[in-house]
Amino acid sequence: MPGAIYAEGLVKTFGDVRALDGVDLDVPEGTVLGLLGPNGAGKTTAVRVLTTLIQPDSGQAVVAGIDVLKNPDEVRRSIGLSGQFAAVDEYLTGRENLQMVGQLYQMGARDAKKRAGELLEKFNLADAADRTAKTYSGGMRRRLDLAAALVVSPPVMFMDEPTTGLDPRNRQQLWEVIEELVAGGTTLLLTTQYLEEADHLAHDICVIDHGKVIARGTSDQLKARTGGERVEVVVHRPDEIGPARSVLATYGKGEIAVAEHTRKLTVPVTGGAKLLAEVIRDLDAHGVEIDDIGLRRPTLDDVFISLTGHAAELGKNGENASTEAAEGRKEDGQ
Amino acid sequence: MSAVTDTPNVPQLKTRGALGRSVADSLVVARRNLIRMVRIPEMVIFGLVQPIMFVVLFTYVFGGSIKVGGSLSSTAYKEFLMAGIFAQTVTFATAGAGAGIADDMHKGLIDRFRSLPMARGAVLTGRTLADLVQTALTLVVLAGVALIIGWRTHENIGRVLLGFLLLLLLGYAFSWIGAMIGLIVRTPEAATSGGLIWLFPLTFISNAFVDANQMPTVLRHIAEWNPFSATVQACRELFGNLPPGFVTPDAWPMQHPILASVIWSVVIVAVFRTLAVRRYRSATA
Repeated sequence: MPGAIYAEGLVKTFGDVRALDGVDLDVPEGTVLGLLGPNGAGKTTAVRVLTTLIQPDSGQAVVAGIDVLKNPDEVRRSIGLSGQFAAVDEYLTGRENLQMVGQLYQMGARDAKKRAGELLEKFNLADAADRTAKTYSGGMRRRLDLAAALVVSPPVMFMDEPTTGLDPRNRQQLWEVIEELVAGGTTLLLTTQYLEEADHLAHDICVIDHGKVIARGTSDQLKARTGGERVEVVVHRPDEIGPARSVLATYGKGEIAVAEHTRKLTVPVTGGAKLLAEVIRDLDAHGVEIDDIGLRRPTLDDVFISLTGHAAELGKNGENASTEAAEGRKEDGQ
Repeated sequence: MSAVTDTPNVPQLKTRGALGRSVADSLVVARRNLIRMVRIPEMVIFGLVQPIMFVVLFTYVFGGSIKVGGSLSSTAYKEFLMAGIFAQTVTFATAGAGAGIADDMHKGLIDRFRSLPMARGAVLTGRTLADLVQTALTLVVLAGVALIIGWRTHENIGRVLLGFLLLLLLGYAFSWIGAMIGLIVRTPEAATSGGLIWLFPLTFISNAFVDANQMPTVLRHIAEWNPFSATVQACRELFGNLPPGFVTPDAWPMQHPILASVIWSVVIVAVFRTLAVRRYRSATA
């Protein structure tokens, strides 16, 4: 049985750019798929196809059991979309915004008003409920935008870079909301450039680049593909590098990398924390003074670099915004 | 921020017929745009400054030197002029609608609307309905100013009101042109200038400010068939503002200005609404 979000062979071209080049997705009900990729990889285009905003050139998509291409209006009743730019009307109050969205989801005026009040309460916006959104901080706007996407408690949610541009505290808050949402059974497709975010929130991750899925799996599976754990040691004095190296050689499962200027040695290992404790004792017995030591597992950053050959661009929001806008222009030109 | 999801009491969504949904959604969007107008009053105020300026400038600067019909009197010109200014003012709704829609696109609101199960044309219809309210308000203020400087009507109230109704219809039609412009251009600024630039030749190559009978032949034909001229001529007749000795041109729209005005406005709405709604369906920010 296909998942709550299912896509097969999605292709979308803008001029000579293949924004989606045969993308398949399958998100089981109640899980989170992290769609990870650099700017212009096709993440936003994929979300736009699945949320009925654009039509793919070919391929098919089913969301909440409804065919996206054949029955877009029914799909719209079952989804919530929270975009990259907080799409709220800044001259309306928080309450008016949510009420409007509720009514446009075809709720009655009274129900929409009641629901708006509940959501404002839940998203810590009750105090600002009757102020125009113009006066909100960036974090408050995101929360309002997310609340708008949740007006009908849709079974399937799409979030396009929900935390881009937020400070760490607001990001943490939003993560908590998202986790709660998923705990309640919502299926979520989340795009992000933040590898940490995908690692934290997503059950499964799809890495996408140039419109193609280049890897998929759980965070652990992807990390395992990149290579196992390693021990990193920073010694106190440069002349300790030699002794430390000979100690590490007895535990290592591969070549020892040495960075002279940072006095850092790295060696692939197996054996985890137990092994780490032995290494520490042994270094100590050899009189090596340690500034820092640790067992490092590959991060999603490492995964990303090994898959795409380039690092994910983190935190360059301005740049990201302009790229997505360019994507929009291309879409419009067709 | 607790218990975001435990909301068993989310009400059943209504299943309305297509027309019912279209009307309901349009009214929701219209209300939203009216709230915006109240909260950004400078937009309404600036919309009033230009026509008032035109009334004063044309009346006092050109007043005694423009011959309308057989008369050079400034009173005759004043009365002749007002229908033209009224009509030009309502067409400026184009810029407001265009800028509003372009702004919604730019801010990602159109994306949000398009992801909701709402009627397809409602975002645009709601906008044009709100503009209609603004146009009506502008006309009331402008008519007040015109009365103060000496403009008078000479027909019964029913005919005068019919004249204003034709003006509103024209304004409504032009706001659909504006909606289309707003969907095509990228920024609200472009929509404002794109919505205004072509209005100047359109409104000046017409009977709005001068007696088209005195134009060179080619311009005169354009002026007589200009959709805009039909409404101006209709209003002059309905307000009793045709100058003494005015010879009504033989062109069909000038002979039947009320009917011509209605036809033009309805055709503009039909054409531009169809185009704009189609465009909206594939619109992307």
